[in-house]
Amino acid sequence: MRIKLSVNGETHELDVEPRTTLLDALRDHLRLTGAHAGCEHGVCGACTVLFDGVAVRSCLMFAPQAEGTAITTIEGVTPGPGELSPVQDAFCETHGMQCGYCTPAMILAAHSLLAGNPNPTREDIVEAISGNICRCTGYAQIIEAIALAAERMRGDNRPLDRTP
Amino acid sequence: MSEAPHHFRYVATDRRVREDRRFVAGKGRFVADVDLPGTRHVALVTCPHAAARIKSIDKSRALKMPGVHYVLDGTELAEATQPLLAGLDTPNVPRRPLAFEVARYSGEWVAAVVADTRAQAEDAAEEVDVDYEPLPFVLDAERAMEKDSPLVHEAHGSNVLLDKTFVWGEVDKDFAKSPHKLSLRAKWGRSSTVPIETFGVVAGWDPWHEILDVHASIQLPRYNDQIGAALKIPVSSVRVHHDVDVGGSYGVKRGIKHTVLCGYLARRLGFPVRLIEDRLENMRGGDAHGPERLFDVELAYDDNGIVHSMKMRALENLGAYAGRSPFQLGKPAGSIVGPYKINSVQYRAIAVVTNKTTQDAVRGFGAGPTNMALERAMDEVAHAVGLDPLEVRRRNMIRHEEFPYTIPSGTEYDSGDYHTVIDKVLAGDTFETLKRQRDALRAEGKLAGIGIAACLEPSGGNAIFEALLNPKITTSTFMDSCRITVDGLGSITATMHTTSSGQGHETLVGTVVGEALQMDPDRIRVTRPDSLNSLPSGTPVASRMAIMLGGAAYRAAQKLKDKLIAIAAHDLGIPPTRAVYEAGNVYDRDDPSTKRTWSELVEIAHRNYHRMPPGFEPGLAVSDIYQVPTGGKLPTPDGRVQMYPCFSFEFHLILLTIDPVLGTPKIVRYRLGHDCGTQINPKIVRGMAMGGIAHGIGAALYEEFAYNDEGQLIAQSFMDYLLPSSHEVPPVEVIDHETPSPHTVLGQKGSGESGYLGAPAAIANAVNDALRPLGLNINTLPLKASHLADMIAEAQKS
Repeated sequence: MRIKLSVNGETHELDVEPRTTLLDALRDHLRLTGAHAGCEHGVCGACTVLFDGVAVRSCLMFAPQAEGTAITTIEGVTPGPGELSPVQDAFCETHGMQCGYCTPAMILAAHSLLAGNPNPTREDIVEAISGNICRCTGYAQIIEAIALAAERMRGDNRPLDRTP
Repeated sequence: MSEAPHHFRYVATDRRVREDRRFVAGKGRFVADVDLPGTRHVALVTCPHAAARIKSIDKSRALKMPGVHYVLDGTELAEATQPLLAGLDTPNVPRRPLAFEVARYSGEWVAAVVADTRAQAEDAAEEVDVDYEPLPFVLDAERAMEKDSPLVHEAHGSNVLLDKTFVWGEVDKDFAKSPHKLSLRAKWGRSSTVPIETFGVVAGWDPWHEILDVHASIQLPRYNDQIGAALKIPVSSVRVHHDVDVGGSYGVKRGIKHTVLCGYLARRLGFPVRLIEDRLENMRGGDAHGPERLFDVELAYDDNGIVHSMKMRALENLGAYAGRSPFQLGKPAGSIVGPYKINSVQYRAIAVVTNKTTQDAVRGFGAGPTNMALERAMDEVAHAVGLDPLEVRRRNMIRHEEFPYTIPSGTEYDSGDYHTVIDKVLAGDTFETLKRQRDALRAEGKLAGIGIAACLEPSGGNAIFEALLNPKITTSTFMDSCRITVDGLGSITATMHTTSSGQGHETLVGTVVGEALQMDPDRIRVTRPDSLNSLPSGTPVASRMAIMLGGAAYRAAQKLKDKLIAIAAHDLGIPPTRAVYEAGNVYDRDDPSTKRTWSELVEIAHRNYHRMPPGFEPGLAVSDIYQVPTGGKLPTPDGRVQMYPCFSFEFHLILLTIDPVLGTPKIVRYRLGHDCGTQINPKIVRGMAMGGIAHGIGAALYEEFAYNDEGQLIAQSFMDYLLPSSHEVPPVEVIDHETPSPHTVLGQKGSGESGYLGAPAAIANAVNDALRPLGLNINTLPLKASHLADMIAEAQKS
């Protein structure tokens, strides 16, 4: 069947089998390979994308169900070739990853959190990424990355204004 | 050989990890992202019985399904290929990608369907009609040892693949003279590393070049050798692409059977073939389970809590087939006494096959379970003599001034400062505060316990456990390599020769080469040539890459420096001893204004051969193939061996509560003391330790590949096999200490298995401390909440 998907601000027309998951449509049809398959039953969160700004699992949804919604993938939050968003840069600063497989999903979960909560507590961050399993890091440096990104995005780490 | 840390420019400084940039942008290149034109997809037909004879396979309906190209069965594959490499000398226990005549565990692959899409292949796999005759089966390791047990491999005549007893030192004498003995049975449940990326492979055969191109999510020593041997083609016809990012491994990404299957299909069918496991295939038929081990430990000790001797029997349930997995009983021999001065040891290692999923290597290669058994026993000694478990450990530990220290099994520990690490973890009144906190929790009616564990992380690798358990193997090296080239305009490229699964090896090479050449590591390109263009690499196993790849990179850079010094000295007309290298330039010590710059040296080497020292090769290309420090010797006839070169140390201290009704354990405080020598990149080291702890929490409390009585795996998804989420992993205070190794180029030791090796032991000790007031004792991992709740309820009733 033919469907229209709005991904990262562009509309694509795809010819898919009705049973095609959104994840497979993004990866195989649009070659947006930043979303990853981990468990394909909605537990690990490696396939996370933003659905009108909210983090959802693209493995649990059929592609035709995603028509009419603005989908954002990791490719959509990367500002440009070789450029990083503040969240992406914070993950690099704290080394909030190892193998990189769950990382795009973690970053999208962080974007989703920070869009609605610019000043999250540690508990808020833990809750926001609790649906994303990372097997490498033990989460500490991921939590620090998101806290650092929040701080930077609030502007808290601007140089101190020392004018009297 | 080691240099003092304060001399470093880049090593041990807080630098970013170069790999991270591509990962945060979703631009890692994982195997599922490899898109070769014309690739077809594989799905698998699996055996539904714990054991069954395959009477017939009817492919006709499947072959008529849309998009289907081929259905391969085990008979065709067995005729065309060699069995997969086995570690032990067990010729009657062949392992093949597809079951041949008999399937030996539920989920074992019986046939493979190739179709245009994965979905079509899965649809057709359901239409392959296999006629099975169910056979008797055995799941339990002790039952498998009994004479009347069903045999997993009839031709072997027994389920026992290994039963070897080592006696290191005067065990009987030490036991006789010790006033006290204690015995303990402990069980490590079947779990694994379960990476979020499943295993995958894409294989394509080019008949015009006669090359099999392999892209895989792999972490396996001698992968290309094994592919060539199994497919009966020269290894020079196998091209493994090392530039595939591996989405986590921690030991288990060893899909040789997947690769041989796809390699055969690619050659047979003439187009690329891809098999990416789904989660069920990964957990059931992917042959990636970890140790399931039963320990019987006896300690002989005195009134002061000094342990004089140990007898340990370790019984491993291998599952249905064995590749390298039995060697996981061998590596622990190299740290069998942990950080303690136990005078003598008897170690009996038994490995049996059962009708469960086949095991492969898991983080620590068998040392985690062994540490757990030893550390549980040390705690019990403390309670038996009425001392604090911490005090007993301090009394038994090797002291800093006693290094290098040779343990009874013949391995020399390189260096360590265990007492200082512990002191740092307990800084101030940490321990007393923790005890008060525990007692306050208990006074509120809660179950609370303190757990400690100390253990070593043998690092640097050495395949010598192979020779220890299989005398037909005489491998005494486990090398790694680096090549450095300087191009005609002076840019530097260094190589590594294997895949990585998150360990930051490109950063490692860049940092070490930059350190040696005194140049910004970010200016050093690091590449991964394919296997046909590679030097030897033992791959990222055994906590070895910082030591071995780091060592090779450092030594290659030293060779480059030596060449630059010789070129400059010759061109300046001074003896090389007067020439001083500094950040790429070489000057005359007696007249520092007389020098040759980097650009001039590059110019000479690449274009001015007339200015080169006589007999020198033109250009600037060097390489180093590095032998394992302290390696090169086979085990002695009485089974003594230098296992690994370097020994990192870790000390865990935790406070844990258990909900008295639900049985749910909760870690309230976690402190880790960690000494892995020089940390080449501290961000990476911390991540390894934290990730290891999270993995250890999983193994201790949540994760188990449980089977029902029918031999069906009942943890087949992430709904039943529980990986720790951000909620289950507490904040951990990591306290670093640095005791450099004397054997390595920068004093570094390994850290890839840190955290995981001690966390389960510390948690088990904390749980037992919490349950002790109820008179309960538990030594079976995982310590599942449901089981704890039942035990507590039963105890409170009586």
